[in-house]
Amino acid sequence: MAVGSEIVTKIKSVKSTRKVTTALEMVSASKIKKAQDQMNASRPYTHKIKQMIGHLAKARPEYKHPFMMEQEANRVGYIILSTDRGLCGGLNSNLFKNAVIHMREWEQKGSEIDVVTVGNKASSTFKSTNVNLKANISSLGDNPELTKLIGVVKVMLDAFENGELSHLYLVFNDFINTMSQKPTIDQLLPLPATEEEAISDNWDYLYEPDAKDVLDHLLTRYVESLVYQGVLENLASEHAARMVAMKSASDNASDLIKDLQLIYNKARQAAITQEISEIVGGAAAV
Amino acid sequence: MATIQCDIVSAEKAIYSGEVAMVVASGVAGELGIAPRHAPLITQLKPGEVRVLFEDGTEQDFYVSGGILEVQPHLVSVLADTAVRADDIDEAAAIQAKEEAERLLKDTDKRQDLARVQADLAKAVAQIQAITRLKKQLKR
Repeated sequence: MAVGSEIVTKIKSVKSTRKVTTALEMVSASKIKKAQDQMNASRPYTHKIKQMIGHLAKARPEYKHPFMMEQEANRVGYIILSTDRGLCGGLNSNLFKNAVIHMREWEQKGSEIDVVTVGNKASSTFKSTNVNLKANISSLGDNPELTKLIGVVKVMLDAFENGELSHLYLVFNDFINTMSQKPTIDQLLPLPATEEEAISDNWDYLYEPDAKDVLDHLLTRYVESLVYQGVLENLASEHAARMVAMKSASDNASDLIKDLQLIYNKARQAAITQEISEIVGGAAAV
Repeated sequence: MATIQCDIVSAEKAIYSGEVAMVVASGVAGELGIAPRHAPLITQLKPGEVRVLFEDGTEQDFYVSGGILEVQPHLVSVLADTAVRADDIDEAAAIQAKEEAERLLKDTDKRQDLARVQADLAKAVAQIQAITRLKKQLKR
């Protein structure tokens, strides 16, 4: 008997969708732990280098590095971090929305926008805009390596050093906890000014081999480490967002199956009732 | 004997942290021995060993493939590079990233302005929010 056979098919298809979303949820749940560990492991370095930059800002260097000074230029640079894959709710859209609002502010001041992207989602969004896509890297995977980021960072640092950019920003999702990730736009260059200028003792480091080389090296590492930390935060955010999105998808699938099952049962019962009354009616007629 | 705090970290993890009597490292300008109350100093490191000498005369060695060493009156910090770095390798990576962008741009014919994209994104976000709200209502 083919009562509600299309409902049965529908239930089957929703069930198999639920299998996929549950699997994705579990994959993300297991990856998030690792991503968080990685994020925490790289924090000491970022902390240390920030501390060093802080010391440096207090010293009175005889040499001012270009990264410490505001450049006269009417271009602004962005390093935009995103995920490679979708199915993570509004994570990327929210981030890009914030970035675009920020960019338009600069655009209205007459600046042009240069962008380098990390991850497929950012490149596919920004390649079709009128911003200047200068470099891209994608497929970083679940173990992002610093070496893969060197290229894209260098493109921007070189542009800044040559006086082509007035500011450089990093756009990424800050991982707060599993339930919340915050779209963040940080200024990388010029180095944000330190609050106090008046330090009493007038000291400076000894530089080996010389101030320029050391600062070049240190500031490049500084920016790279911030970008790397951003990538790790973004990765943890991706898994968290995907886990939550897939969890709600699985829940919805379960609700849908329950509703469909109810409809199916009612239809089946109606059919049986009708058949019985037909038989009874038929017997009475005989 | 006086000691000095020593921290060695790399981008991927913290390697060592503790009180030591002396740190010996190979800077680009030569071997360095850092004892407590050394003058503030920043130097680049050559690939090589960083040796940490403890008060009891024992020592521990770490290999770094370059990095930065900073000395503050009571603190020695070593930022170790994890990767082998050279200017030409960095340059090659930068060129590769640029080419990747050019390749992407080649297969886009029409380009929209930021206002358009902003509107599209706002729409997408609003849709997601609306769906979430709807789902919540349905559940009740």
